[in-house]
Amino acid sequence: MAGKNSLMAWIDDRLPVTQAFEKHMSKYYAPKNFNVLYIFGVLSLLVLVNQLLTGIWLTMSYNPSAEGAFASVEYIMRDVEYGWLIRYLHSTGASAFFVVVYLHMFRGLLYGSYQKPRELVWLFGMAIYLALMAEAFMGYLLPWGQMSYWGAQVIISLFSAIPVIGPDLAQWVRGDYLISGITLNRFFSLHVIALPLVLVALVVLHLLALHHVGSNNPKGVDIKKHKDENGIPLDGIPFHPFYTTHDLVGIAVFLFVFCSVVFFFPEMGGYFLEKPNFEAANPLKTPEHIAPVWYFTPFYAILRAVTYPLFGLDAKFWGVVAMGGAIAVLFVLPWLDRSPVKAMRYKGWMSKIALLLFCISFVVLGVLGVLPSTAARTTMAQIASVVYFLYFILMPFYTKWESTKPVPERV
Amino acid sequence: MKKMFATVALMFASAMTFAAGGSHVHLEHMSPDLDDKASLQRGLQVYTNYCAGCHEMKFARYERAANDLGIPANLFEQNLLPDDKKIGDLMTNAMNADDAANWFGATPPDLTLEARLRGHDWVYSYLKSFYEDESRPWGVNNTVFPSVGMPNVLEHLQGVRTMTCAQAPAMDEHGKPKFDTLTGDVLTEEQCNVVVQKTAGQLSEEEFDQLAYDITNFLVYVAEPSRQEAESLGIKVLLFIVLFGIFAYLLNKEFWREIH
Repeated sequence: MAGKNSLMAWIDDRLPVTQAFEKHMSKYYAPKNFNVLYIFGVLSLLVLVNQLLTGIWLTMSYNPSAEGAFASVEYIMRDVEYGWLIRYLHSTGASAFFVVVYLHMFRGLLYGSYQKPRELVWLFGMAIYLALMAEAFMGYLLPWGQMSYWGAQVIISLFSAIPVIGPDLAQWVRGDYLISGITLNRFFSLHVIALPLVLVALVVLHLLALHHVGSNNPKGVDIKKHKDENGIPLDGIPFHPFYTTHDLVGIAVFLFVFCSVVFFFPEMGGYFLEKPNFEAANPLKTPEHIAPVWYFTPFYAILRAVTYPLFGLDAKFWGVVAMGGAIAVLFVLPWLDRSPVKAMRYKGWMSKIALLLFCISFVVLGVLGVLPSTAARTTMAQIASVVYFLYFILMPFYTKWESTKPVPERV
Repeated sequence: MKKMFATVALMFASAMTFAAGGSHVHLEHMSPDLDDKASLQRGLQVYTNYCAGCHEMKFARYERAANDLGIPANLFEQNLLPDDKKIGDLMTNAMNADDAANWFGATPPDLTLEARLRGHDWVYSYLKSFYEDESRPWGVNNTVFPSVGMPNVLEHLQGVRTMTCAQAPAMDEHGKPKFDTLTGDVLTEEQCNVVVQKTAGQLSEEEFDQLAYDITNFLVYVAEPSRQEAESLGIKVLLFIVLFGIFAYLLNKEFWREIH
């Protein structure tokens, strides 16, 4: 024991390991009333680690060329020891990442976790979400299947809707007149180096900002208002060991579901691995129906919902604007919510209805984005898109007008 | 708030089934059985004798199939391995892709992933759905894959089938049979897309169905050779996670005893 302590002392004199552990774990005081929705931050971190590790091993056997990419994925699935497991962990992990991130964001909306003083926590979180979407989009091209190819073709062609510079911009992104081996190589580079670096850096910033201001909780009570004589919040408990042991249970439940998918339903009925992707990319053969992977479909549905040209610019351009706006509006959320209270339980009925309608519109858009469009579905997508945007546009008004319930002093 | 979660979850669940959608061609159902090694071996045999000349499985290796299907290497080399191949090779063939496109209108697709791409029901139905059609280059067409470019290589086994007009069960717009509202009998109507047997083949209908099943079963195996290993390992992994979960729960309970 003495040897270990002197070793720690030696290290601590040179690198603040103990200090960092205390600041972020054993003396980081979190509110004691976290509920189940507070597990998704930790789970996002777990899935990120899964993606990084399995990604490293996939990269060892993957061949980023138009001629070899598809075959190398099948080589991983068949000839690499446990290659199928590594690949399914990575492909299921991609979808799982969005599942936990969407639930994590929903938790933020529900308890006002973006409100003062946590605006930067939210902004870094949104930046993570944006980087994650880019990471997922570029990763999806790498298996070089039909859906990889045509999905990327459709999404990159959206750039060409921008007036004047559009076509050149799309060509610059692809590095070619259409998606080709050149595009595959640059996407591979961005997917395995550039974006993971950005993601990890943003996650660090997200956590540093969070640990500086402290965690919110389901009641939105500020636990720093009431401290004991040692300056420890009365309603706070050290993250370690209380929430580490707590989170282990949540991790076990998550892993059970996750591994059920990995080992038994890796295709998840065509939603996690799309069927057309079992055929190698063929630039001469367009698939019957091109749909992005499920986690992009709400925004894809908003894009397709815009069918009117305006100011002499065609509908596709305004669709791109609406899609970009749907993501961009999330960034300013902390300044749209004017409510004096954070948690939904103390807000008025208007906020509750608004959040419910928003969630419904998001799910409806997600479903519509998977399906081929018909006239009736386009109308539904238009209604859902309007609801989506009204949630944000009207927020400064309904959060200010509605009467709120008093927030208790303690949790 | 709990009610709200439930509503959203329910909506999501119903939305997922809604999104699953259907295809327009009626397919016959088959359930693959990867434990039936005899069926898989017969499937490999039929593939080697009838399909492999045109259709490669360029991502699969002979040796892996021999091992997984329980075929001894020496027997495999004597009976199923092409002369110019070694057992560790990929299952490719000598057909030139450009020639093939010339002969058939399209290069015969690689079959390694066919069962995952199209689904096993599709493959099974496709194999059984050829019929005589003099307007096509090979004199045959297929109800599951209209204007198919492939000759019916199994015709001498199945016999010649032809499309004719006959009384057949009437279907509603959802593809379900219509019933007489009074008697409950299935309604029939004259339809001109009914395929009937014209001449008998070497195999009976049951024997041919079994053959189509065996090929499909083998294609399902070869599309994902790790499936059985995944499931047996998956059970162990899930059991471990349950055990881990129990200890995590007890540990959590112990630590949280004093927190109120």
